[in-house]
Amino acid sequence: MRTRFQQGLDDLRARLLRMGGMAEQAIDRACQAYVDRDLGRCHMVLEGESQINAAERDIDELAFDLLAMQQPMAVDLRFILAVTKINSDLERVGDQAVNIAERVMDMVELPKADLPVDIPRMATAVSAMVRRALESFIEGKAELAQAVLEMDNVVDRMRDEAFIMLVRTMNEHPEMTRQALDALLIARNLERVADHATNIAEDVIFWVRGADVRHNVQPEEPAQQPVTDVR
Amino acid sequence: MGVGIQVDKLSAWFGKTQALYDINMTVQANHATAVIGPSGCGKSTFVRCLNRMHETIPDARATGRVRIGEVDVYNGTSATHIRRRIGMVFQKPNPFPTMSIYGNVAAGLKLNGFHDRKRLDEIVERSLLASALWEEVKDVMHKKSGASLSGGQQQRLCIARALAVQPEVLLMDEPCSALDPISTGKIEELIFQLKERFTIVIVTHNMQQASRVAEFTGFFLLGKLIEFDKTEKIFTTPSDKRTEDYITGRFG
Repeated sequence: MRTRFQQGLDDLRARLLRMGGMAEQAIDRACQAYVDRDLGRCHMVLEGESQINAAERDIDELAFDLLAMQQPMAVDLRFILAVTKINSDLERVGDQAVNIAERVMDMVELPKADLPVDIPRMATAVSAMVRRALESFIEGKAELAQAVLEMDNVVDRMRDEAFIMLVRTMNEHPEMTRQALDALLIARNLERVADHATNIAEDVIFWVRGADVRHNVQPEEPAQQPVTDVR
Repeated sequence: MGVGIQVDKLSAWFGKTQALYDINMTVQANHATAVIGPSGCGKSTFVRCLNRMHETIPDARATGRVRIGEVDVYNGTSATHIRRRIGMVFQKPNPFPTMSIYGNVAAGLKLNGFHDRKRLDEIVERSLLASALWEEVKDVMHKKSGASLSGGQQQRLCIARALAVQPEVLLMDEPCSALDPISTGKIEELIFQLKERFTIVIVTHNMQQASRVAEFTGFFLLGKLIEFDKTEKIFTTPSDKRTEDYITGRFG
């Protein structure tokens, strides 16, 4: 057993989970800020971004060291590659949370508008995707990750519905255009978070099964059962 | 051109101790195939069975079938003929110390009764070119002994010596284990070029080396071939847990 290498992998996993927690919290805070029109929460999201960015750099550095110094193979190589990609997706989830917080800050300055769009419902679905994608990583379970992929279509439909309703609002109530535009951008931000959760789930499947399922392309050979218990 | 190797139910013994168990493997012509596994797993015994070197050890024997192209190695063919078709390079470079560089490369041909000086010159030059040693030794090859070269050069000299008899298969038993990284890089580059003309089977403890030079890799454990597949498959998504445990350093 390569003890130092295993410690490095454990450290990488722990750091990524901490980062996942930060990104998840940022999205939850931004969505709650939308519901409550809460500027305080918006500022917390903005201030938290630098921590997420720093965590991204630390994880990349550790992954780079492990690749260079330990020459990982097979499941370990797949794990490190998956971590670097998940790391990048989590950082972008943090960016989307900042975008949402900025839109909320804009909306708070405007009169409250009764918009025909259920952003909290969409936020709940997106948060669940991020949480489940991270759970699939924690547990090393491709089945959990697969379930996340199937949720992406639901969020896509919600975004499409939001677009239709909000464009109609802009046409019928021009005085609500700015609020509707903010809500439309938030719906798009949430849909992108769902895409990042999907990417994370695909990376977990790659790590566990060695199968590349991106872009709905089925692997040439059926994904095999993991030969190592990755948990 | 290289030829393929077909191994069927190959077993080998040292006295009463069985070293290989029913090995089946198809080695593709003009490709490099790596054999990996922990010490004592039978990988060197396996390659030594391919050119009947195994039987040179007292009490050693082998059963099963090995075909090199159309030739049945263990049935109706002399060991000398087989070894002429299959060159071998060992872990430690072993040039003939009293012979010049030229003499080393020409030794195999001369032993086979080949004495045409002009043809010998051509073959020596071609072999030294093929082993990427020509430029370094062309001006001193008649004066300097093989033993005067550096370790990496000696190993390339041994490869030139093996190539001079125009084999179809080249067996390499840990050819870089005694070499520094620069010499190792040269040998690996050489393997890459040589497989256009020869079939190469390389035993190595260095998994990075296997992944760099070989298209196919076999993993041996306790005398059994556990897994044989394309190299990228073995090193990224092996099918057998024992292979994964070995290449990820969890045992061995």
